[in-house]
Amino acid sequence: MNSDFTEGLRGSTPILVSTIPFAALFGAIAVSNGQTVAEATLMSAIVFAGASQLVGIELFGHSVPLWVIVLSIFAVNFRHILYSAAITPFIAHFSPLQKAVSFFLLTDPQFAQTLTRGETGRRVSFAWYMGFATTIYVGWVSVSAIGAGFGRLIGNPAAWGFDVLLPIYFMGLVLGFRKRSNFLAVVFVSAVVSVLAQQLVGSPWHVSIGALAGVILAALLPPKAAAAPAAEGEDKP
Amino acid sequence: MSEFFTPYMTLLILVGAVATYLTRIGGYLLISRLKNVPPRVDAALNAVPAAVLTTLVAPAFFSGGLDVKVAMAVSLVIGLGASSIPMLIGGWIVVMLMRQLIG
Repeated sequence: MNSDFTEGLRGSTPILVSTIPFAALFGAIAVSNGQTVAEATLMSAIVFAGASQLVGIELFGHSVPLWVIVLSIFAVNFRHILYSAAITPFIAHFSPLQKAVSFFLLTDPQFAQTLTRGETGRRVSFAWYMGFATTIYVGWVSVSAIGAGFGRLIGNPAAWGFDVLLPIYFMGLVLGFRKRSNFLAVVFVSAVVSVLAQQLVGSPWHVSIGALAGVILAALLPPKAAAAPAAEGEDKP
Repeated sequence: MSEFFTPYMTLLILVGAVATYLTRIGGYLLISRLKNVPPRVDAALNAVPAAVLTTLVAPAFFSGGLDVKVAMAVSLVIGLGASSIPMLIGGWIVVMLMRQLIG
């Protein structure tokens, strides 16, 4: 039990390399868009979904109506619906309360690592899941608060090269799935459609539209007999 | 900054948190009502992570400047043979060098 928890803690430590700059960036941008330090910290603590938090405060800065902001947060987080569906078989042995807590902590790296662990036949214990989530949660919330506190000192994130870290981090996650069937076709279609949707419809809809295009393609392609999902790269968060 | 919490922003955060939690538990609520997952649904679910994450990468590449494009291309090459940390460090070095040298 305890060793599973510490294994989880250690397992997600490399993710802090990308979480910490992103959290600091969120805190700094949140304050510059009119949030207080307390609000930025609360948002990181209870929303706990970086991209949608940035979208939310960005739209707030443009004086967009509340329901549009909430719909946008929902759209950016839409992928979690598919994540929670995909990890359900591996956490079926959790109690209802454990499931409720686990889904609150379901992030991109948490999903990728839970799926990798489950599909390679290792048991996804609640202790491991919580250990893996704890590093990310504590890092995310505390550095958001620090970033908000120092927000005005950081100034322009591009001057520090922080802006490029997030897409590169997501690219690493994409590469982690490259052994899956139809990988190249799905990535190609999602890439083209999301870029087109960004131009024609605008952000953040391009995320859901592009993703849906790739997912529909995968459903339409002829199913491969007994195409067991290959194990993803172990080193990818 | 004199206040800790303003009413409108606090409401936005709370509603945003509820919307986010609904997405996180939604797939479980849907899937636990389905007994057998049809092969095409399975293939679709299998494609979700790469499809979603690609939409966070491709537009950033497309709309980024030359510095971002070169940094992401270098990171992609690194990522084919290494984990995400060398990718992040390599991409960061490239973007900082280009910004220092070119402006």
